[in-house]
This record gives sequence, structure tokens and C-alpha cells, in this order.
Amino acid sequence: MSELFYDAAPNATRVAPERPRPRTYPAKPAEVTLFGTCVMDLFFPEAGLDAIRLLEREGIRVHFPQEQSCCGQPAWTSGYVNEAREVARAQLNLLDNGLPVVVPSGSCAGMFRQHYREVFAEEPDTLERVEDLAERTFELTEFLLHVCKVDWQDLGQPTQIALHTSCSARREMNTHLHARELLGKLANVERLDHDHESECCGFGGTFSVRMPEVSGAMVLDKTRSLRESGAAEMVTADGGCLLNINGSLEKQKQTFRGRHLASFLWERVSGEVKS
Amino acid sequence: MSQRIPVKELTDSFRGRAVGALADDQLRTNFRVAMDSLMKKRADAFPDEEEREGLRELGNHIKARALSRVPDLLEQLETRLTANGVKVHWAETTEEANRIVHSIIEAKQGSQVVKGKSMVSEEMEMNDYLAERNIECLESDMGEYIVQLDGEKPSHIIMPAIHKNRFQVSRLFHDKLGVDETEDVNELIQIGRRTLRQKFLEADVGVSGVNFAIAETGTLLLVENEGNGRMSTTAPPVHIAVTGIEKVVENLRDVVPLLSLLTRSALGQPITTYVNMISGPRKADELDGPEEVHLVLLDNGRSGAFADAQLRQTLNCIRCGACMNHCPVYTRVGGHTYGEVYPGPIGKIITPHMVGLHKVPDHPSASSLCGACGEVCPVKIPIPEMLQRLRQENVKSPAEQPKVKDGGAKYSRKERAIWRFWASLNTSPVIYRLFLWGATRFGKLAPKNVGPWTENHSAPVPARRSLHDLAKAHLNQGDR
Amino acid sequence: MSARSNILNKLRAGLAGTTPRPDDFDEGLVTRPWQYAPEDRITRLRSLMEAVHTEIHQLTTEEWPSKVQELLESRGLKNVLYAPGTEHGKLLAEHWQRAEPRPELLVYDRPIEEWKEELFWQVDASVTGTVGGIAATGSLVLWPDRHEPRLMSLLPPLHIALLKASEVEDNLYGMMQKHNWSAGLPTNLLLVSGPSKTADIEQVLAYGAHGPKELVVLILEDG
Repeated sequence: MSELFYDAAPNATRVAPERPRPRTYPAKPAEVTLFGTCVMDLFFPEAGLDAIRLLEREGIRVHFPQEQSCCGQPAWTSGYVNEAREVARAQLNLLDNGLPVVVPSGSCAGMFRQHYREVFAEEPDTLERVEDLAERTFELTEFLLHVCKVDWQDLGQPTQIALHTSCSARREMNTHLHARELLGKLANVERLDHDHESECCGFGGTFSVRMPEVSGAMVLDKTRSLRESGAAEMVTADGGCLLNINGSLEKQKQTFRGRHLASFLWERVSGEVKS
Repeated sequence: MSQRIPVKELTDSFRGRAVGALADDQLRTNFRVAMDSLMKKRADAFPDEEEREGLRELGNHIKARALSRVPDLLEQLETRLTANGVKVHWAETTEEANRIVHSIIEAKQGSQVVKGKSMVSEEMEMNDYLAERNIECLESDMGEYIVQLDGEKPSHIIMPAIHKNRFQVSRLFHDKLGVDETEDVNELIQIGRRTLRQKFLEADVGVSGVNFAIAETGTLLLVENEGNGRMSTTAPPVHIAVTGIEKVVENLRDVVPLLSLLTRSALGQPITTYVNMISGPRKADELDGPEEVHLVLLDNGRSGAFADAQLRQTLNCIRCGACMNHCPVYTRVGGHTYGEVYPGPIGKIITPHMVGLHKVPDHPSASSLCGACGEVCPVKIPIPEMLQRLRQENVKSPAEQPKVKDGGAKYSRKERAIWRFWASLNTSPVIYRLFLWGATRFGKLAPKNVGPWTENHSAPVPARRSLHDLAKAHLNQGDR
Repeated sequence: MSARSNILNKLRAGLAGTTPRPDDFDEGLVTRPWQYAPEDRITRLRSLMEAVHTEIHQLTTEEWPSKVQELLESRGLKNVLYAPGTEHGKLLAEHWQRAEPRPELLVYDRPIEEWKEELFWQVDASVTGTVGGIAATGSLVLWPDRHEPRLMSLLPPLHIALLKASEVEDNLYGMMQKHNWSAGLPTNLLLVSGPSKTADIEQVLAYGAHGPKELVVLILEDG
């Protein structure tokens, strides 16, 4: 539990939360809810569909509640607490059905798992449901790897890819490790390292529009590093980074591109190559 | 070839200064190489994850324990130091601190001060204050000496001249000291050594910072590699130490893990060349050491950060610099872009308390919240959480009573309204889906130029159908 | 209202109604990773110190005075500061009597004010004792006093330090506990881990910034 509860006094000096114990994963469930995320909704919906297909392939029934919208992160990171809380509350209520929630984005999964308890810090009565949601939230790659324990045949041609992991996915959800392991299961896929791999791509949500000069410098470095890896393409589990990186590559008139990991995995596993 | 990086005006914005820094290829290269090297050094110094994380947690707990008792510990520190013969002074503002330091020097009719490294003295702008009163205050740390010679402020809290390469230093020494130019770093250092040695001899007063002030024993602990700290605190007849009120730790044994965390996080060293523990002035039977030792305890906004339990964690900082070494923003714009004493992530979270958010309104948002800083902070300050909270304080309306000095610097009714609209959009499923429908159907009509986004990206075009749509079709029903 | 009371009042207000955090110091975290077999202690100290350009010799308790002579004469140094009031100082003086080496023995026997110029510019070397060493970090512990004042180990460009092998502890925590430092610290206690250095220019290491350019440690095997 969060260190917010250590001392009865709210102004007690805080310590950093204990290092999280490695997560114990449940057995593969019969049903899950997919939380698509707003970026994916608008810009990479096909990847969301591929995520559904990947789950269904494991014999899981996927629900997509039409009332879902956004996890609330944009307002939260901009400092607009009340607005973020309203939107977060709507998702919290929506997802309050005990089903595992699979999120094809590390930053949005991180929002549910780490930050909702900060969003609702002043509502002790809501925190139980927040913790319940946190327990049931899985980022897509960790769900496929540790819950579904996928066993895949790689039906694609040999290829080399670079893997980009969003900062929140990396630091809040260990997604880089899960994604590497998943890609490792594909016999014809070679993952190449790239320079300054753990450095931010410069998206940071509203950072990219508030500090466009610094953000621009960061994405230029990131795109160069990815291209110079020698990989044919980049894959990433996070829609925000994908929007940022592909948008920059297009502006630079580069041919190199990135794809959402869900789409890449579906292609390799199903044999369906999309044009 | 090499470009001088001038002191930036405080009236510029972070963004304005960043643009200048980003265009400076020499600066970009210097910082990139330097930060990569410092990151590697730290990683090499902490090869064992268990050991590292256990020590970070201990460091975090030690600082939290000290902060949870800080008023008592400050009193205990004062009592012990006084019993040891050290005079303790308190200053709420940098102005007060400067007056105290000046009066000590004046009482000795001093005119030459030599300074070991002290970031608090930078906060005080002590050199300028004393210069205005005809007292020469010379930096003796090599990096600080170099930036002082060039009329600049330090750009990093541990490596003040990190933005300069050897050619720039050689040219500087040639211009200011009249010596021949040389590319040999060793020679450059020897030039500095000779020049400063005479100053140590002549100085009336030595000024230093403090890394840890130990309440249990009444001891000031200083770390350094060069020896100028020992010189400044031993050779002149008077030693004045200046430090922040958050630097006090409870017990002598508390410094053991903090020392290890500090030197390994800062420069990847198991220990610094010298660890200097001072517990009083020269005793009757001793032959050297200052006859007077003073400690000035400075607040300057720290008590403001302290007042809020969440923001209090900012005061855990042991000034190692690891956060800025790992920061992708700092690496690209360098320390001067922040325009204030402390750069990088720690600079962003402490400066608002010191000078007020209206002076540094962009500080909280000059970050992508990547979290690299929080991951390496040896005392586990949750830096992204601090930034996040400062963003909240920054957009509060006056009625909402911001808790940070001059909060609400970025309060905007217009922006508030935009987010209110965003919230209603995202909490009304019908309107949200209508918005999706509009965006996807008319996506091609979206403007090609979407402000700052299109500076760095092609215009974003929404997909032809939203995920809501595709999912509904695929799953054959809009279900719950 | 003084600055002192204003500051303390603000801090106390921030803590109103709270209790101090418990002392959960775990000494295992600063000892377990830093423990060595007795025969490995010197090896570790030596390798860490040599990595930062310390010159180290392991000698018997009889050999060291002539080693000091050799160190000085091979560098063409003209004098050395020593402490006649100490055991090791007496041994050095005796050797000098017998061997009559060229370098002159100097004594730090008056306050620094009386001979600052000479001390700053004309003393080539010093020989001091230590109160021990720390294997974990490769450090000497110096406890300056009236015989061996603070500047003795700082000003001369060459500092020769005598370290008894039996006085090397595993780690700083162990050293502090064994010698009960918290019961009373001297005016100045120093950990010295190499010659003076800086990396302030391009992070290139340069030795001899302000402190001694050379540190020589003579480790005395004393059983």
C-alpha cells in the first residue's frame, strides 16, 4: 500500500514507497476488458483491433465498453487535478466489474496502476476501488507474456527490428523487459539495440507542445538513433511515442517508420501481412 | 570553432534560452559527451542492484528521519557546535546571510576571501555582494575558478565548467592570466594551482559549504577531490561555512551510507580524495587551523517547501547531480538555460520555493516526466511527482490558494476552460463518440499547421474509423 | 523575532501533530557488502589507492626510514617535514642521525602564522602517521594534532603516510564503531584516499590540483 497511509498525520514526513514485490500473475482468465486509450482510438485503431485479435487467439473473450474514453493523463500531467479526477472517475466506474483490464499502452496502464491513487489521494473512500483496479490492470505485453503465457510460431520472414519503450512503460511497468521477451519468442525476428535506448523520445504528452524546441531536439536524436541501428523498422507498445516518432520521421521525409507492437505481433503470429 | 556561452539574462524565458542553447553545437557536444561519461561512471559504481537499491532506501529513510526532527536537530547541532567553539548564525534570506558573512569579515578587517565550493554561496550571490563592498572573493575549486574568471555562473552543481572544453579554458587563461595557450589539461591545472596557492596564503577568510552537518557530534563534513576545501577551511584565520537548514543529519553513523551514495552517484567514485570533518576552531595547543569558525544556516524558502509533507521530500537532496546527469532535457540545453542557481531536475523542484513560481513559471513543465531522474536519485526524491505537484500549484487560481511561493503563475482562465471542455467531452460517452466520428470522418480537413506540434511533426491525420467503431463491429455489439 | 525563532517556528508548524520517524538504520547495508578476509584487506586498499595514482610500498617496521630517504633523494628534494614528538618521528630522526641523508629535517613546531611563506612554497615533503586505514574505499584516516598539524599533510607537494597493516579496518562504519568516534571527534578528522586531483576540464583527470601532487603510503607489516 502507498506510503500516504504511514502516519495518522497528513503532514508526516514521507519515505519512498517500498520497492514493489514482483507481481504475481493470475491464471489466464476467460474474459477481459480492453481499454483502448484515446491516442490509439484516434490514430492507431487497427493496432487496437490487433490487440483484441491477439487476446482472442488465446481463447479469451474481449469486452470493449463503448463508454470508455481517456485515462485522464493529459489533464493530470498538466496540473488540472479536478478535471483529471472527473475523467478518471468515469473510467474507474466503467471498469468496476472485476474483470482484468488489458491496456495496449504502458503510460495509460501506469496511470491506472500507479497514479490513480495520487489522483484520488484526497478521497480515502474511493481508494479501495482504485487499488482494486490497479491490481487488475495489465499492460498488453505483460498480459500476453505472464498471464496468457503465449506459445507462438513465427510465420513471418526474417527481419530486424528496433524496440522503443515509453518512459512510463519502462519505469512503471517494466514493459521493455516484457516486450523483449515476447519478441524473443519469434524465431525470425532479431531485435537490434540502438544508441541511448533508454532515453526519452521527447513526447511527454503536453511537453511536446509546451516545449517544442527541446522536444524536437529529443525526437530528432531518437529517430536518428533508431535509423542508425540498422533495423528495418521500429516497434513500440506505446501510441504516444509512436505518434511522436512517426510524425517526426514523416516530417523529415525519412522512409524508416515505427509500428505498434500489437500490429507487429499479430502479423507475425497470424501470417496476415497488411499492405 | 568554440563558442562562448554567455550568462543569460533572467528576464528571458526558459524556452528562449533553450532555443539559443539548442543551436550551440559546441555546447550540445560538450554536454552530451560529459553526461554520457557521468552516467557510465555511476552505473559502474553501482554494479549490484540489490546493494544499490538497499542503500538508496536507507538514504531515503535517513533523510526522512532527519527532516521529521529537523527543528530539534538544528538546535542540537547549534548546541554541540557552540560547545565546540563554533559560532552559529541563522539567516532567513540570502540578504541576511550576506550581511552576516560581511560583518564577520569586516570585524577582521578582511579584504581577501578564498572560497571552497558552495552552492549556497551561489544562492547568496556572495561574490557579487562582497565585491560591491571591496572584498575580493575568489573561487578556489578549479571549475568554479574557471567560470568566475569568465564572468559566468556554474552550469552544473558538481562540475561547474562542464560546458567548456580545454581549448576554451586555454584561451580564457591566456586572455585573463597572460599565460601561453596549451591543450594539455595537466598544464592548465598547474597554472590554476600556482595562481590559487598564493591566494590561499594571503586570504583573511575562507568560505566553504557543508555536505553534512552532524547534530550528534557538532561536526561539519565536507567532501572534495582537489584539496581547495581543506585549504580554505584550514589556512586562513577565519572559516565561515554556509549551508541550508536541510543539511543536518542526526547521527555520525548516518553519514556512512550518505557518503557512499553521494560520491558514487556524483562521479562514480567509491570515495572522494578528501573527506574533511571539522568539529571546531584551533585549540590552544594546536598550531594551525582557523581561530574562528562560523556556521551560517540559511532558509531562503526551504521552510516553505518543508511546510507541505509531499513537497518536503525535495529537501532530501544531497546535491550529487545524478539527476541532471541523466536528464535528457538538461543534456540538450545545459545548466545556464535554467537561469537560476540550481539547474536540472533538482533545480526545477527547489527553485520555485526559493524565488517563487512567478520567476520560474516554466520550470515545472520543462520536463517530459520521463522519470530518469527519480530512478537515480540516491535519496529517492520522487522528482516527477514533485514536478507534477508544482504543475498543479502553477495553474491554481488565487481562490484555490496555492501552497507554493507565488503559485498560480500560469493560472489561465482560458486554459482552465479548455480542460473543463476536455473533461466534459471525456465524461460524456455520447459526445465523445460524436467527437470520434467527426474527427475520423473529417480528419482530412484537419489543418496542416497545428501550432507547435507541426514544428516537429507532419500534421496528424486521424484514422478513417476509430477503435470504438472497429471494436464494435468486430465484437458485433456495443457491449459492457 | 529573530531569524532563528522564525525559522524554527515555521519548521515546527510544519510538523505539528506528527511524531519523528523511527531509527531504522540497518548496519548490514554498510558492512556486509564491504567485508574482507584479513589477508585481502591490504590488497583491496592497495588496489583502490593505486588506481588513483597513490604510490604504495609494503615494508617491515625497520625498513621504512631508509625508504623515506630513498623517496626524497630520488626526487632530488631538499627537505622534509616530520614530527619529532611522535614514535615514528623519533625513528626517522634516529635514521637521519646515522645515515646523514642530504634532505633536511624540518619541524612544524610553531604556529603557521610565523612561517606561512616558507610552509607554502619551500617545504618539499612531509612524513606523517595515520590512525588507520579503510579497505572498502582505499582510505587513510588522519587525526591531526599539535605534533602533526592539519596543513602538514596538505601543503607539501609530496606527502608520505605511514600506515600500520594491523590498523586497516574493513569499512568506515566498522572504523567508527571500533574507535567510538561519536564519543568525541578531534578538531579535524580526515579521510585521505589519494593524491589531489580534479576532472573539472572535460572530465580529464589531472593530479595535483591543490593538495599534494603525490601521496606515498608506506604500509608497515606489524604482524
